[in-house]
Amino acid sequence: MPMRLLSVVVLFTALSGVAYADARADAKAQVEFGIAVAQRGLWKEAIYRWERATQIDPTYAAGFNNLAVAYEHEGMLDKAAEAYERALKLEPNNVLVRQNFELFKEIHDRANQSQNP
Amino acid sequence: MTGRINLKILSCVLAVGLAGCASFYEIPIETPIAAKLDVSAFQRVFIAGFISGGTDDVDGNLETVRLLRSQLRMKSNLRVVDADVLPLLDVASGRTEAGSSQAPRESGADAPEIKNEKDLQPYEHIFADADYWKRIGEEYQNPLIVTGTVLFTPHSQAGMVQREREVIDPLGRRRVEPVREYMERKGFILQEKFIFIDGRSGAQIYSEALREERLYNQNDNTPALSSYFELMDEIIPRFLSTLSTQRVRGSRVLIK
Repeated sequence: MPMRLLSVVVLFTALSGVAYADARADAKAQVEFGIAVAQRGLWKEAIYRWERATQIDPTYAAGFNNLAVAYEHEGMLDKAAEAYERALKLEPNNVLVRQNFELFKEIHDRANQSQNP
Repeated sequence: MTGRINLKILSCVLAVGLAGCASFYEIPIETPIAAKLDVSAFQRVFIAGFISGGTDDVDGNLETVRLLRSQLRMKSNLRVVDADVLPLLDVASGRTEAGSSQAPRESGADAPEIKNEKDLQPYEHIFADADYWKRIGEEYQNPLIVTGTVLFTPHSQAGMVQREREVIDPLGRRRVEPVREYMERKGFILQEKFIFIDGRSGAQIYSEALREERLYNQNDNTPALSSYFELMDEIIPRFLSTLSTQRVRGSRVLIK
């Protein structure tokens, strides 16, 4: 009986590992496509791709980081803040995300000053 | 010889490999920051004039009007009214707080000394004089009127300052290191209060106070006018962001 339980647990872990790897690969494909279109100035399409990526794999910090950058470019500053925070929660030590967030905060503060003078 | 060729091949392979594995990309972005004021109701803007004071070396009223008008012509969709600058100090002296007219101060008479914010206060009632601004508005086809106060005052300060010093080490290499030293510096403070008035009703719709200061080494002898322009360089983007959406350029990193 314990052996059967153990094999079920092992099988479940292995399968969830495969599923996780699949989700990450799909999300990564979306992220890469998003980068390619953003580099051509198609930011709306990039947002769609990165939103898909974060839905597919909500643990993928790169997806949230890129989404934040795109929101920032489109002037959706509150959404950008939220996405940066998600990215940093997933990867608190990621220097690139942190650097983006610091630059974003300067602009966000300025915009807030404008709205609440 | 063979070793050198191997090294070249290896570095080529590494370079190609690294390019393929690049996991981040720097990308330029432009973040739009919405204007503070909705000016869609106006087609024209009239920079009317300012009550100014501080140093006599710069005419804060004329210079500010000239600079704001030229910036708005370049960076705003509003048509800039090109009219004489209002002598607001004289107008304010000639109107009581209740809004009734008195004989205005003669423009040839000695201008009252305005050296600080307190000296400006007796004249600030003019900004709340809706009848006066409504009349100005009618004269210039109901523009958005910009007025306010400008105080440009000399300033000096002594204290510890950190600056960078170039040093050459015993091996002849140059490097820059920070040094803290006591210095006496002088400069200017620019305080501007911009007041936006609806030319149709004469009512104030928004106001914003901005302050900037610059200190220079005592030996620099920076003229007051160049310091004024340096300080205005800092203030103008904030002034413009009241009237139009500004796009802030920068770059961010996308990650794979």
